[in-house]
Amino acid sequence: MGETGAVGAASATALAGANGAATIDVAQLTKSFGDLEAVRGVSFQVAAGETFGFLGPNGAGKSTTISMLCTLLRPTSGTAKVAGFDVDRDRAEVRKHIGLVFQDTTLDDYLTAEENLRFHAELYGIPKDQAAPRLQEVMEMVGLWERRTGLVRTFSGGMKRRLEIARGLLHSPRVLFLDEPTVGLDPQTRSHIWGYINDLRRRESITMFLTTHYMDEAEHCDRIAIIDEGRIVVIDTPEALKASVGRDRVQLHTGDDEAAIAALADRFSLDASISEGAVTFYVAAGEQFVPRLFAELDLTISSVSIARPTLDDVFMNYTGRTIRDAEASASERNAASVWMRAARR
Amino acid sequence: MTDTVVGDKRVPPRATPAAVRVAGGRLQDDLRAVLVVWKRELIRFGRNRMRIITSLVQPVLFLFVLGTGLSAMLSRGVPVAGHVNFRTFIFPGVVAMTILFTSIFSAVSIVWDREFGFLREMLVAPVRRGALVAGKCAGGATVATIQATIMLALAGLVGIPYNPVLLLSLFGMMLLAALAITAFGTALASRMAQVESFQVVMQFVVLPLFFLSGALFALRNLPGWLSVLTKLDPMTYIVDPMRRTVFDYVPTTPAVRHVFDVPVTWGSWVVPIGLELALVAVFGAVMLAVAVANFSKAD
Repeated sequence: MGETGAVGAASATALAGANGAATIDVAQLTKSFGDLEAVRGVSFQVAAGETFGFLGPNGAGKSTTISMLCTLLRPTSGTAKVAGFDVDRDRAEVRKHIGLVFQDTTLDDYLTAEENLRFHAELYGIPKDQAAPRLQEVMEMVGLWERRTGLVRTFSGGMKRRLEIARGLLHSPRVLFLDEPTVGLDPQTRSHIWGYINDLRRRESITMFLTTHYMDEAEHCDRIAIIDEGRIVVIDTPEALKASVGRDRVQLHTGDDEAAIAALADRFSLDASISEGAVTFYVAAGEQFVPRLFAELDLTISSVSIARPTLDDVFMNYTGRTIRDAEASASERNAASVWMRAARR
Repeated sequence: MTDTVVGDKRVPPRATPAAVRVAGGRLQDDLRAVLVVWKRELIRFGRNRMRIITSLVQPVLFLFVLGTGLSAMLSRGVPVAGHVNFRTFIFPGVVAMTILFTSIFSAVSIVWDREFGFLREMLVAPVRRGALVAGKCAGGATVATIQATIMLALAGLVGIPYNPVLLLSLFGMMLLAALAITAFGTALASRMAQVESFQVVMQFVVLPLFFLSGALFALRNLPGWLSVLTKLDPMTYIVDPMRRTVFDYVPTTPAVRHVFDVPVTWGSWVVPIGLELALVAVFGAVMLAVAVANFSKAD
């Protein structure tokens, strides 16, 4: 994904222009619940075939936005078009063209995996001769074809999520919405789910819109919108976002940390501190800096590590706080999450 | 179709056989939605054998324990004609109770669907909300009618003959009652946010409906307040036609009829069976409209 960062945003816009319209086109969308403004005027476009992620802490307005795009909530103001249809005026048309995977399960535990999918196929009016092969195809895609006659309540959390992904794809939607697709799963299962999602992106040229508060998951997206307190802070490719932070984190283990900190301040005007038991500072182009460090610093350095900026650093850079801090303050605004819960129903 | 370019990656076009067509918006699409929701109710019912058995325990206890006990206690004052006794009298009431409890339970399972998310799977589908509600009602009513039919099979044990015309008449009334009460339960469920509300519905709605319906006692010589309440209870107009139909077919004496065959009256006017059934149908239709309106309104 080397130079995706440089061209991603530009080509997405170009693609939207070429097709005449983006697959998802959102302008000044807001949603208020009483006094609470959950979404405060977000605008963005997602091109056909693109995987677009909403990254932000819980309570930032991610679920509310996805609910509006899925026609489960009516916007307070602004417009949103999905697959060319207005989410407020052409709700039925939007529903035909989207697939949904929500953060909490929406399967019927008392039905088998296959019965759940058949219910979906019949509800969406997929012709019988098309439904059977498609059902087998999506179940094989998520590795559940062998388990099709199993009751869903005997399934693990990861299997249920895979089944939901299969169901979301069953009617060949143009856009697949994934709301926190791996929340509540263990790390190994999470990485499996991402294996399936990435495989799916290769196989079906589907547009994906997902929300997550996991930084590492946002890395899978072509582009990310960082959302905080109901507003989009920045939109770009993960690489471009990380590049925009502009500084690498350097950590040194030295014989005399105090002297090292003093020397860094003196020679390079760098503000270093002890973090995680090492002298830590941020500097642009870390690799080029290290040789200078050794040349000019007259100290015993036992080890050096350089870390590229992560999306954590990006979030910090744009909002002035870590995503963890943001979630703590969001949970204080308890009313917000209660409303989100109500909204999801 | 040309390759789609995303970033610097080329995404091959989707293989055409994979894409399926989604229907929607036509009458047959709504009918199909009704059918699939109905089918799901039946699959769930058939898979939950404990529920089938447990929901028959209560009516059987009422009929054979309470019924037999009260028959024995009342045996001096109450006339008996062959096998016709107090149990025969409460039999239609117990069948109606089976319908009431099963229908309400099925309808209120919407709240479970909401709690466990499945309701959302239905609500985001490209079908009319009315079709979903109709399917749910049809499913609940079918399940309630099946349960009541099992009870109906016990008719011979309380001196009711297995006359085909009688059984068919009762079956028709059961079906109507099941549809009306499931619609009523669905209307209730449309306003219920939590599973906990189910207990409230049982205590404040279902039990009063049952006790005021005349299922267990004749609606005669009651104090004014109770008489008024019984006549406001829709269940009254479900129990009464069934009981009057039963007493048309069992061997009786004038003394037995005097005690047990007591039709509902408004003032001194005996309400015709046809009107009672029409009232039940109207009640069901209004409740269905309320349920559809509530679910269509909800985002």
